[in-house]
Amino acid sequence: MSPDNKEYGRSGRTPEPDATWREVPIGGVLPWGGNAAEYETGDWRSMRPVYDPEVCIQCRLCWVYCPDSAVEVNEDGEVTGINYYHCKGCGICSAECPRDGAMEMEPEKAEE
Amino acid sequence: MSTATQSERVALTGNEAAATAMRQINPDVVAAYPITPQTEIVQMFSNFVADGDVHTEFVRVESEHSAMSAVIASAASGARSMTATSANGLALMWEMLYIAASYRMPIVMPVVNRALSGPINIHCDHSDSMGARDSGWIQLYSENAQEAYDNIIQAVRIGEHPDVRLPVMVCQDGFIISHAMDNLYVLPDEDVQAFIGEGGGQEHSLLDVDNPATFGPLDLQNWYFEHKRQQVEGMKNAHRVIPEVAREFADVSGRSYDFFEEYRTEDADVVVVVLGSTAGTAKDVVDAMRADGHKVGLVKIRVFRPLPADKLVESLLSRSAVAIMDRSDTFSSAGGPVYHAVRHALYDVDERPPVSNYIYGLGGRDIRPSQIRRVFEETLEVARTGQRSRSISYLGVRE
Repeated sequence: MSPDNKEYGRSGRTPEPDATWREVPIGGVLPWGGNAAEYETGDWRSMRPVYDPEVCIQCRLCWVYCPDSAVEVNEDGEVTGINYYHCKGCGICSAECPRDGAMEMEPEKAEE
Repeated sequence: MSTATQSERVALTGNEAAATAMRQINPDVVAAYPITPQTEIVQMFSNFVADGDVHTEFVRVESEHSAMSAVIASAASGARSMTATSANGLALMWEMLYIAASYRMPIVMPVVNRALSGPINIHCDHSDSMGARDSGWIQLYSENAQEAYDNIIQAVRIGEHPDVRLPVMVCQDGFIISHAMDNLYVLPDEDVQAFIGEGGGQEHSLLDVDNPATFGPLDLQNWYFEHKRQQVEGMKNAHRVIPEVAREFADVSGRSYDFFEEYRTEDADVVVVVLGSTAGTAKDVVDAMRADGHKVGLVKIRVFRPLPADKLVESLLSRSAVAIMDRSDTFSSAGGPVYHAVRHALYDVDERPPVSNYIYGLGGRDIRPSQIRRVFEETLEVARTGQRSRSISYLGVRE
């Protein structure tokens, strides 16, 4: 329930950020489902996986193991990269990756 | 007794009265775990389930934490949901009590008051439910089995009212009420059903797959405060709904209820405030002292949450002195919870009576008419002198 301007946060259903207590749904209920996608967990990250398609062998173990469904795949099911809006930087994808250099963890840099 | 077709006078213990009310309410879901002195309620209720007297889905959970979790979930699905507990069972529910209230689940829960361990003790005091007084639940206290029965039935309507939508604890004193045989009137089953209606009281349902809803999402800095403010509004609305429900209940039962009962207070100089079974003993003391010519009266609080602060002030304002009897302590070293609440309410009044506190009956310690008489006599002395010799007394402890 965290409204923001980023692509994944746009459902058009979340109450306005300045909604009063009379306007928000009672008891914290959201009268719709599937809204976990709207919540940015990417800003928890201290390390980020960096994907290199040149080294990747498309075994998709990273996609299988990612607990946040943050490994992005195309219509053919091929890994294309990381969804940094949801990736918490847990490093499981990198630990499971059988190829050196396909999914390396790097420290997040301070925001400029 | 498996059915009641007309209003009849029966002999039941407090626990039997509570189980009877639950049978007549016929909730969709009951999830419960045994604990003395509440055990009989759900034991008897499970018999009703086994005998087919109710349609209830009875969930035998592994703890009170699970019992409360289960009824929160079933209430979220729109099912009328109940459980019951005592003392440490209530304590084990603690985390989930707040969640039930904040998710606005109209669960009704008989609480059979018992001293909270430790040292371990199974007998009556109010330390269990008084500890939960700020959990967001409505709290009704009962003087006897009749009131426990009547309060449980009214609690369904109060909690499910669309302007309230809060869980309700219906408290009765462990053993003193729960295990003592009492004479009471039981309504016909169909009258109870007609009174409580279809209910459920939920706007959204977990089981409504065509209209999915999310219950219990993360609610951070920008929203939590708004939801807490809504909860306060539910409690405020309960000030209006509780008397409405009581009036309708009086039409059905002939028995009247209010936020508190005033017993012989009309011209009383001294009033003692009490809740629970002790009120019965205290009324006898009032009668005896009135016969001796003392202008004394009693206020018995039925609704402690929401606190009927304005109405209590109105009732106590003109007294010469007031004493508050608490069957639990806050360990603040500044008095018991009822004392805190009532004395706080009186602060807004310029000409307020002196208020003293008597903590009594912890761990089931007997409270005798002679002790209550002492409370009245000491408070009459405060009325005469305008001075309290001490603010907080421990009544019945060996000094």
